[in-house]
Formats: sequence, C-alpha cells, structure tokens
Amino acid sequence: MKFEYLLQYILSGLTNGSIYAITAIGFNIIYNTTGIINFAQGEFLMLGGMSAITFSQYFPLPIAILFAVIVTSIVGALIDFTIIRRMKKPTVLNMIIITIGLSILIREIALHVWDEKVRSLPYFTGDETTSINFFGAYIPPQVLWVLGISTLIVVFLGFFFKYTVAGRSMRACSSNITAAKLCGIKTNNMITFSFVLSAAIGAVAGAAISPIAQTQYDCGTSLAIKGFAVAILGGLGNSTGAVIGGLLIGILESLSISILPLAYKDAIAITILLIILFVKPSGLLGKSEISALKEF
Amino acid sequence: MKLKKYYPIFGLILAVIFIQLLVSGIGMQFYLTQLTMSAYYGIVIIGLSILMGYAGQISIGHAAFFAIGGYTTAALTTMNFAALTDVPIVNFLIKTGLTISGMDPYGKKIIYISPWLSLFIAVIITIFIAALIGVPILKLKGHYLAMATLGFGIIIYRIVLGTSIFGEADGISDVPTFKFLFNFKINSDPALRVENYYIAWLIVVISIFILTNLINSRVGRALRSLHGNEEAANSMGVNISRTKLLVFILSAVLASVAGVFMTHFNGGIGPAESGVMRSVRYVAIVAVGGMANLWGTLIMGIILNYLSLRGYFGSYDDAVFGIILIVIMLFAPDGIFKLKYCNNFIKLIKKTS
Amino acid sequence: MNIKRFLSIALSLIVAAVSFSCKKAESGSIKIGAILAVTGPASFLGAPESKTLKMLVDQINVSGGINGKKLELVIKDSGASPAKAISFAKQLIEEEKVFAILGPSTSGETMKIKNICEKAKTILISCAAAEVIVNPVAKYVFKTPQKDSDAVKKIYQTMKKMGISKIGLMCGNTGFGKAGKKQLEKIAKEYGIKILASEVYDKKSTDLTSVLTKIKAKKVQAVVNWSIVPAQAIVAKNMKQLNMNVPLFQSHGFGNIKYARQAGKAGEGIIFPAGRLLIANDLPDSNKQKKLLLDYKRNYEAVYKEDASTFGGHAYDALTILVEGIRRAGTDKEKVRDAIENLKNFPGTGGIFNFSPTDHNGLDINAFTMMTVKNGKFVPYKK
Repeated sequence: MKFEYLLQYILSGLTNGSIYAITAIGFNIIYNTTGIINFAQGEFLMLGGMSAITFSQYFPLPIAILFAVIVTSIVGALIDFTIIRRMKKPTVLNMIIITIGLSILIREIALHVWDEKVRSLPYFTGDETTSINFFGAYIPPQVLWVLGISTLIVVFLGFFFKYTVAGRSMRACSSNITAAKLCGIKTNNMITFSFVLSAAIGAVAGAAISPIAQTQYDCGTSLAIKGFAVAILGGLGNSTGAVIGGLLIGILESLSISILPLAYKDAIAITILLIILFVKPSGLLGKSEISALKEF
Repeated sequence: MKLKKYYPIFGLILAVIFIQLLVSGIGMQFYLTQLTMSAYYGIVIIGLSILMGYAGQISIGHAAFFAIGGYTTAALTTMNFAALTDVPIVNFLIKTGLTISGMDPYGKKIIYISPWLSLFIAVIITIFIAALIGVPILKLKGHYLAMATLGFGIIIYRIVLGTSIFGEADGISDVPTFKFLFNFKINSDPALRVENYYIAWLIVVISIFILTNLINSRVGRALRSLHGNEEAANSMGVNISRTKLLVFILSAVLASVAGVFMTHFNGGIGPAESGVMRSVRYVAIVAVGGMANLWGTLIMGIILNYLSLRGYFGSYDDAVFGIILIVIMLFAPDGIFKLKYCNNFIKLIKKTS
Repeated sequence: MNIKRFLSIALSLIVAAVSFSCKKAESGSIKIGAILAVTGPASFLGAPESKTLKMLVDQINVSGGINGKKLELVIKDSGASPAKAISFAKQLIEEEKVFAILGPSTSGETMKIKNICEKAKTILISCAAAEVIVNPVAKYVFKTPQKDSDAVKKIYQTMKKMGISKIGLMCGNTGFGKAGKKQLEKIAKEYGIKILASEVYDKKSTDLTSVLTKIKAKKVQAVVNWSIVPAQAIVAKNMKQLNMNVPLFQSHGFGNIKYARQAGKAGEGIIFPAGRLLIANDLPDSNKQKKLLLDYKRNYEAVYKEDASTFGGHAYDALTILVEGIRRAGTDKEKVRDAIENLKNFPGTGGIFNFSPTDHNGLDINAFTMMTVKNGKFVPYKK
C-alpha cells in the first residue's frame, strides 16, 4: 500500500473515531455520578444537533449552538426531575430499561416536532469542499474541530472532577451514595447536575459532528450504541480512555475497510468489543479493582 | 394437589377456545390473524420472562434468536433443489422423504426440504449459538451484560442485512407451507385462519407447560434463589452458571421456534425482525408483565402485540412502547399485575365468585 | 387466575372494538387502503407518499369524486416492518374490504404481501422500486416507480458519451441499494464498462472517506453511488474533501432538491437520472407531463410547505392510475384491473405509463432524463 493511502485511511479513521470519542465522553459523566449508563445519551446529541440547526436559521452559529446547549440541558434536567428522581430504589436493570424508554420517547417526540428529514449545520470553517492537505492525504477541518472540542472537554472534566467541590461531590456520590449523603452532599442535586452536564456536552458534540455526519431524528441510537461500546472499551468512567478507545476503533475500522468488504464493518467492530469484554471487562484503561467495587 | 399447578393452563385452553368461538360467532374471525401472530410473539416473551425474571439476566438481543429461527427455515425452504437432484446429498434427502416437491405460483417445478427438517436444523443452530455465546456472556453483569447482548443482537442483524442468501434488506419472501401434524397447514392463507390459530396456541400451551414445570422443579427453585442471591444459592450447592446457561438456551430455543413458525405463517421474514427496536420491545413487554410473572408477561405480550399489529397505535407505535417502559418503571416496577388496585380487584372477584 | 386472564383479554377486545371500531363506509364511497412506511427507517419514502395521497384524495372528493362516488382512504403506517405489512394487508382486504391497496413503500414489504393480494384478487399498486415486484408478472400487482435497470442504462449511456469505462460502485445496505447494485453489475458489460470496486456501506454511515480512499486507489474514472439519504450528501462531500476530481453519478433516489442543498458546494456537478418532476419548469410546453407536474408541485408545496419529491410522485401515480381505471371501468375489481392493464399513454409524475399484460410497470427508459446540479438547482444535463 502506498504511504499516502495508508495515511489517508488513518486520517479517515480519525474522522469516525472523533465522532465515537465525543459521543462516549457523554456517557461517563452520568456514570461517574450515579453508576448508571444513560442509554438516551445519543438522543442528547440528536437534540443538540437538531435545535442548533433550527436556531442557526435565526442566529449566528455560536449563539445558535449556545441556545441548543441550553435547550438540551433543560431537557436533561427535566428528565431527572420528572423521572429519575421519582424512582424508588432503582436497580441497574430498571435504570437500563427506563433510559431505553426515554431514548425511544425523545426520538419519537423529535420526529413529530421536526420531521423525518435529514439536516445539517454549516461547516464551522470553510465549506463542504475544504480540506487540509497533509502529506498527500486530506482531512476536513471539521474533524480538527471535533478533536479539539473533545480534548477541551476531557481537560475540563478532568479538572472539574478533581479540583472543584461540585466535581468531587459528584464523584463521592458514585462511590457510595449513602456515605456521600452522610457527608452532607445533596446527592439529588448532584445527580440533576450530572444530567445537565452530560446533556450539555452531548449537545456540543451533536452540533460539532452535525456538519460531518448530518442530523436526523433517529441518528441518536446508532451513535449511542457505538459510543457506549467505545466507553466500555476505554473503561467506563474514564474520559481519556473514551477518546483513545474511540480513535482506536475508528482507525481499526478504517484500516479493515482496505482489506475487507464494508458490509460487515459494524459486526467486526462489535465482535472485537465483545472479545475485549470477555477478556478484560474493565476496558483498556479501566482498573479492574474499581469496577469490581461498583455495585451492579 | 399435583394437578393444581396446571389449572391456569386448562384455563388458558378454555379461554383460547372461547375467544375463537366468540370472534367467529360475531363474524369477526379476521381478528384471529393478529391473535395468531401475537401468540408467536408471546412465545418469545415468556421465554425472555424466564430469563429476565427468574434468572435475572437482561437480554437486549433476543430478537436475534427469533431471527435465527426464522431466517434458517426461510433460507432452507426457499432453496430450490429441482435442478440439483443428481447431487448425492439432495438425492439422499429426496429418498428419505425429507423434501417436498410442488409448483410455484408461476408453474415452475420446485423441490425444497421439509420444514420439519429445517425446524430441527434451526433448533440445533440456536442451541449451538446460544451455548457458544452464553458461556462468556453470562459471566458479565449489569451494563456489561446489557452491552454484550445488545452487541450480539447487532451482529446478527448485520449478518442478516449483509448476506445475499438472507435477502439483505429485502428479507426472504415466498416461504412455503409448513405441513403440521394431521395434515394441518401453517401458511398465510386466510381460509386456514382457524386452524393456524389453534396451532399457534397449541405451541404456546406446550411452551407454558414446559416452563411451568421448570419453575416448579429443582432447577426452578435454584432459579428463584439465584435471582435473590447468587452467593447464597452457590453455597447451597446450586450450580449457578450451569443453571443460567440452561435457561438462556431454553429461552433462545423458544424464540427460535416461534421464529420458525411465524415465518411460515407469514410466508416471509425481513431484517426488521432482528433489529434492536424489536429486542427492546420484547424487554418492554416483559417489564410491563412483571418480570417473574409468566402469565402476566404472556397476557401483556398478547395484548400489546395484538394492538400494535392491528395498527391501533398508528405512527406512535414506537412512542407507545417508550412511554410504557417509563411509566411502568416509575409506578409499577414489578409489572402492572402487581399494582395494589389490581390486587384488590382480584380479591374482590375472588370474594364475589 | 382464570378470571383475571379472561377479564383482561375480554376487556382488551371490548376496548378495541369500542374505541377503535372502524367507521362504516358511507354508502356509495370507494374505500382504498394504503400501507406506507410513514415512520421508521423508510420514512423518507412513506411520509411524502402519505401526504400526497391525503392531499389528492381531498382534491378528488372536493371536486365531486369519481363518477359521483367519493373516495375513502385508509392509511396504515407499517414502519417498514414486514410482519406489520402482512397483518395490515390482511386487515385491509378482509375487514375493511378495500377496493385496492396502494404501497407499500419498500420492496421487502411488497414482496411479502404480493401473494396475499394475488390470492385475494385485490389490486396492489406498489410504490417500491425493485423489479422482482412485476417480474414475474402477478395478475393483480402493479408498480409505479421507474425500473432500476432503466436508470442504470441511462447512466451508462451518459458515461459512454463522456468516454468513461472504469468506475467504482458504492451502494447503501437498503432494499434500494441492493436492487441498484444488482442491475449496475449486470448491465455494465453491455456498455463495455468495467467495475473496479464495488462496496456496500451502512445506510447510517457518518463518514465514507475510507471507502472512497479504497475506490480512489483503484484509479476510477467515475463513481456511482446508489443509496438514499443521508449518505448521498456525505459521499459528495467526502469526494471533494479527498480531492477526487472524477464525476459522481447518483441514483434516481436523489430526487429532492434538499439533498443537493445538503451537500452544499460539494453537490455541484452531480449527475443523476430522474423523472421530470424536478425540472418541470424547464420542460417545453408541448410535453404531456408538464401541466400535471407543475400542478402537483404547486399544490404539494402550498399544502405542506416543503419541496415536492419524486417519492411522493410514486404515490401520486399509483392513485391517479387507480382512479383512471375506476373512471373507465366502474367499481368492478376485475374490470378495473383490466382497464389498468390496458392503460396506454397515461401521463404521470414518473413518466408516460403504457401498461400491458406483460408489463405491469408501464414505464421505459424515456421516463428518465439525466440531470445535474447547478447553482443549487436541478437542471437537465446536456452533453
């Protein structure tokens, strides 16, 4: 294989990989606070993308995205206020089922609020034909935007969870909710906050990938499945792991296309994930001792 | 005393006969078509109920087993051997009476393998796959288990969608008639509506019979203990992993058998049957019926599938199932048959009767 | 236990019977059923189709119906699920006793109910593209979308004129993509065209540069993409981003100006075959289709405030063909069937229909014109 083609496969892998990574990060926030996986995370991306597109007809792009983030965050808060908070002693099974239900409901509401048509945001820089030449291979600037935003989010989250009171309280909730309560942490508010935060990050992600992947009312599910897989691959709760896992899967998929027929691409990616799950369930960067402590 | 556990089954048989007489009596026999389809879905659902309710294992990939059964029989019975009679294996099958010859609607001669054989093959394949993935998957818990079963479902969906013998996105149509016992036929002919209805419910009754026995057996007691506390069950000498695997395989086989019969009844199958939404729907119905409540899940399975198949939910079909999941988890995490007023209602009936 | 179960089933039956009991048909009206994928993965087909049917039926009824009889439309949303399509087909035929069934939107569903309609002697006019629907010909089954093979031939003819002989194929994993791929590979030889790469991708793909890299490495002279939204726009964008300067051909599924706008600057220069609906304004006044195309477009856009697409046009054709059959032959199913089979020179949105006992599609290669995108608009392709 010629060098420039090899490079092109890797850069193409980065494009998909960056989408997986930014989706996977969202899963970790709620997981880090509550120990649950929010299966409706993909719908936050869809809502962010869809509302940003709607707002962008009236406002300049940055303001449209800001509004989209606000709208999606409100939805996130509402979900917690109206549903998650009302659950009495939820088990993991119950939470999985209820977030799946939410995901279906949000998707169907979006279908009736908007319609079945595909939309997209304009590229943040340049237009549909712009790409950067990189040693004979090409990469569209939007991918750099997505990667940049993912990195910023990871850095921000790392700082937030380590050094701020709110972030530390959220982590405390995740390790032991009763103990956190005893220490005077308002656990309910922390959970609400985690939903708001992950909805906001989902909305940013949804807006950032919209020019590349385009947005449709049902695009959340397939994104969420890949994102969830990547989150597990990187180690649940580990945002750096999510980015590395996302890029890794993206590049592997892209390279596999060069030799294998494309039709089974997803099947191959998921088979790899299953094998990893069976061998090392805590993921690439996850610590097995920590995952053993989690109550499932 | 021993017969007592079978009373509900007798009740079910009576109800099945009563409904048939009722709808035929008032000239609404076309309701039987959707009742038959719901019955087949009901088999998948009671199988999943055993897995989720009694063994405590979620499976967001159960539609895959339905698809394995349906696609195996569809692919095998739509293969035409008419031109291959010289091939030894085909010749052997014809001689042993395992093939059926006939005409297609356009007058071409066709020879295809007997649906009984394809049913058998489908069950074998299902057991093999379920055992193969069951061993590692059932070691996982919580989100990892959910992801693994979801992943399994997606793999099967992708294979179905990407393989030409499975018809890719179009699925398989023109699946021939399944000649059931005593010359009863399973196919989509509206004239055979009543016999198809009884065949479907016969299979439901058999499945319920098997599962009721299982619940009340030694394995069943192990199952119940398992849902409560694995360590305790382990220490009591119950072989947890083997029991879990057994239940997983059993529920997979039930789904697969339902898939086989449904495919012959419909005369075809499409990739939507193996999709994630379909699996989620099964989970939703099991949750509504109250996980470990065989009869509750069966009733809800029949009612919800019946309403959905008749198109009463219109364009809100998926939304209805989403709302059901949320409402049930919020207000009745043990299923609607465990609600207080529902219990009071039953008590009231018992008193009056 | 028994009582509980019996009560719940009985209750549900009563609820079903009372709250949803089908309205009795007004005497003297004609009931037409439609099975369309209004929601779900094929909603981009089903939604405009159902909107079109509703609009047309209202128009026909306002103007006095057919032969004095009003139309009654029953639309069932199948969500592209074959099991539901089967259930609905039986329901429409046996319970609603519909005169004819329009749809389904996808080939997979149509093939599942083809035999049911044939046995019940109910006219089925499908809005799905695959040629297996009418080949072999079933007596009661018709279809309105143009043939894939004609679209492919049209593309290959254009390629020949342009001097292109080495191409790369990309198809989506939908029924539409599958049928297109089959024809593209089958017909290539006739036109001396070599397919150097042929790839199937997921309809929900978010980025296709890696596939295009594989095709680019084969040094093709043109790329043919056979898919539906949203991949159509993604392919166009990715090609420009990869600096691939070979022409991109799309299928007749590119039939909505929205898709071209989706691709923005990258959409310029895409070449594709389509029915004349998209360029109705540019047609000469002598064209038989022009008036009805403009009427349909104007009405649809006025009622629904969105661009008309060729997909809605398939449903338009299905209904107008049926209506024409009823107008000619009355309300006898057999006679209407015969009338449709003998319909000649009937203008629709897809082309001029000429049915015969061996051709239940009625369209030929002339139904297509090659088009291209110029300044964000569809214009006829000239070379």
